[in-house]
Amino acid sequence: MEAVLIYGIITSMILSLWTVGLSLTYGISGLANFAHGALYVSAGFISWSFIHYTGLPFALSAIISILLAGLLGFGVYWGLLLRLRGIIFAEVIVTFVAGVAILQFLLWKGLYGYEYALPVFVKGTVEILGIPVDYQRLFIVGFGVALIAFLWFFTHNTRIGLAFRGIAQNELTAISLGIDSDWIGSLSLAFGSALAAVSAAVVLPLGLIEPNIGSEVLIYAVCVAVVGGMESIPGMILASFIIGFGQVVTATYWTPRCMTVVPLAAITLILAIRPSGLLGRFKELEERV
Amino acid sequence: MEGKPLLKVERLTKHFGGVVAVHDVSFELRAGEFVGIIGPNGSGKTTLVNLITGFVKPDSGDVFYRGKEITGKMPYTIAGHGIARTFQMVRLFHSLPAFKNVVIPLCSPRVKKLRGGKYGERDDVAIDLLHDMGFERDSFVPYKMAGSLPHGYLKRLDLVRAIALRPDLLILDELFSGMAMSEVASTLSMIEKFSESGLTVLMVEHRLKELFRVANRVIVLNFGQKIAEGFPKEVMEGEAVKNAYLGTAEEG
Amino acid sequence: MAEEKITYRRERIDRGIKARADTIFVISSYRDILYLLLPRVLPVVALLVLPLILPYYWSKVFTHTCMIALLALSWDLLASIGLVSFGQAALFGAGAYISGALNHYFHLPYGLAILIGIFGGATLGSLLLSPVVRLKGVYFAIFTLILSLLSPRIIESTDILGGSHGLAPIALFGSDLVATYVAVGAVLVCLFGFRRLIDEDYGAVMRAIRDDDRAVMSAGINIYWRKIQALFIASAVGSFAGAFTTHHFGFVGMTVFSLDYSILPLASAVLGGAGTFAGALTGAMILVPLSESLRAVGGLRIVCYCIILIAAVVYLPEGIFHYIARKYHQFERVVKV
Repeated sequence: MEAVLIYGIITSMILSLWTVGLSLTYGISGLANFAHGALYVSAGFISWSFIHYTGLPFALSAIISILLAGLLGFGVYWGLLLRLRGIIFAEVIVTFVAGVAILQFLLWKGLYGYEYALPVFVKGTVEILGIPVDYQRLFIVGFGVALIAFLWFFTHNTRIGLAFRGIAQNELTAISLGIDSDWIGSLSLAFGSALAAVSAAVVLPLGLIEPNIGSEVLIYAVCVAVVGGMESIPGMILASFIIGFGQVVTATYWTPRCMTVVPLAAITLILAIRPSGLLGRFKELEERV
Repeated sequence: MEGKPLLKVERLTKHFGGVVAVHDVSFELRAGEFVGIIGPNGSGKTTLVNLITGFVKPDSGDVFYRGKEITGKMPYTIAGHGIARTFQMVRLFHSLPAFKNVVIPLCSPRVKKLRGGKYGERDDVAIDLLHDMGFERDSFVPYKMAGSLPHGYLKRLDLVRAIALRPDLLILDELFSGMAMSEVASTLSMIEKFSESGLTVLMVEHRLKELFRVANRVIVLNFGQKIAEGFPKEVMEGEAVKNAYLGTAEEG
Repeated sequence: MAEEKITYRRERIDRGIKARADTIFVISSYRDILYLLLPRVLPVVALLVLPLILPYYWSKVFTHTCMIALLALSWDLLASIGLVSFGQAALFGAGAYISGALNHYFHLPYGLAILIGIFGGATLGSLLLSPVVRLKGVYFAIFTLILSLLSPRIIESTDILGGSHGLAPIALFGSDLVATYVAVGAVLVCLFGFRRLIDEDYGAVMRAIRDDDRAVMSAGINIYWRKIQALFIASAVGSFAGAFTTHHFGFVGMTVFSLDYSILPLASAVLGGAGTFAGALTGAMILVPLSESLRAVGGLRIVCYCIILIAAVVYLPEGIFHYIARKYHQFERVVKV
């Protein structure tokens, strides 16, 4: 019982971390970044490369990977996506295909094997409620809470953050108020990519870096985002807890083999019953006169 | 004209977040009437049209058409009952030629039932409708892609598309905005002809001079509420209406 | 003595055979008729003749191309009504597994299995996707992506339907040649069927829904029901492709959900020109043999056609087919000025 609680919380926080970059990019600029999973894995790979080829400490490599991810996001928007505004769905197609290309490329280069792993921050375990929990997982939970709190503060209290929300709610009005939508678009992609790199640095140490994780992250991030409501941070948290606990409970009391059904069931149910998400802001998704 | 009203709007209310778009609006339309809806910008006229035609669901209130409740039904169901509308911001099918735009409503179940047209016939009906509404006969205009037509044509195309549905109630949302004076005059006379043959018209407009020539009755909205209703001349004399449009003396 | 400068100017001249609009032609001679007929007849003849002359390996590639072409055609149909699918593989897999399971577990003959596979896949596809049809376009893309990505994972972890081993053996077609002609026949039926559909008023309504679904609603048409119909047709075609492939290889496994079956149709349709159907076929005819010849480099070939796709979207958004069609109706010459 305690195990379910502990692992449920950990899984939920991991899901939140995976989702936060995707959710924010979509929330700000309406861009569903299907290359999210690929960016996640790439960031981990970049960190690993810096550690192994230049001997930099992990923390520094992680920071570099975050900056590079942000730059990459910014560059992709300015260089590529800007040209595509207006062609229907071109943005979605291109990000999806780019993500696939990146992951396949990494796969081809041979990114699988035990040597591809990021180091844990602190080794060792501690006992909580009789369950051994390693420090890394504890760190993930704490870090996740802090990150989400920071993002909440940022989008509600700083000028850029409020500009983000303005664009999200009504692009035309925001533009007429002088907020440059292209700038914001590229910033949002940069931001989302950086967040993907952040969560990669924190969560990847739990296992190996391999391209398959990219698809997994994308699937879960999309499910959590849709179930919670694409523009809502509280919704994202709620959804990640539902799916996270759903998975842990299914694995514990039924069979671990059915864990993968949980996200599919969740997203199918939500889209059928309450498409804007549990706490989605735009309740009338179907009505866009 | 006694009997049940064709359209009955009862206490419609709609909020968007913190903004009151329409508040407690009620009115009736009898068959064959020509009623105008006027009011300053932002007074909720378009939202009211959206509420009646099903594009927006009201927070409270009801809409009855021929006695049946149509509140919050799907727009295509409401259109199927015989309520056609135009859009303030022109909504057209830019990848189709102009006459195909008119064919679309001819494919609806409603028109199918009323007419039973086959493939070849629909194109001809569409072209005839366009010619009736002033698109030059024997020109290439009806065959041009809808996206390439000038603005005045687009508005008239929107109107033809609404007429093609064979409606009993026609709701026009700022049809004349952006139209040249000559186009307004000819379009208005066409609408008048339809009205005389029994079509009920509800017209949201800013160009009051043209509207007052044809409307039996006028409803005035301001800040989402109905502030006056009656004959055009009388309504414009009212204090509330004058204040709504011109502002009160202190603000001057 | 001043040197006369000779400048050249490139003229683009229309053949003058179109009148009034792009779709109405003025024909004045047999040559004109031939000119219009040739681009339509030649590819069909080629498709019908190729199975007879291709060597064994390339014949298999040809059949595979036909399957991808079917997926691309169904993608194009959905795109014509405004639905962008990232999960053609899900439709493919649905038909493949239904047909394969019926044959493997219940020993139904492959003809019946394929038939049920088509209808089962069509029903499943339209049922699962119909709730999403009410939402913004991006949700359809998301959900189809999730379906195609999660299905193999679920099959693998729950170990149903053969799990990671797949189902085998499965009945093969009697004759390879007949099978190939069935494939070609299916492609031609879909190609001409869809083109006819889109040119009729039914297709006009579809394109209108893509342009502005609110306006179509105000014209009294139930757009959701139309979208579901399109889904049914597209799912049927995709499921056929999957069912056919299962009995062509004698095996069905998680590989039916591979990215190849989602991205290649997408790339083919976009490269060839979305909305034209002939473009989807053209794109498939180009990309699939290309992808086969790149098999040596393994996963890199997916990277290749991803890059091709992105380049196509950026530099040639109208697609190859439109480009060629335009050039066919015009010719350029350089004149001295």
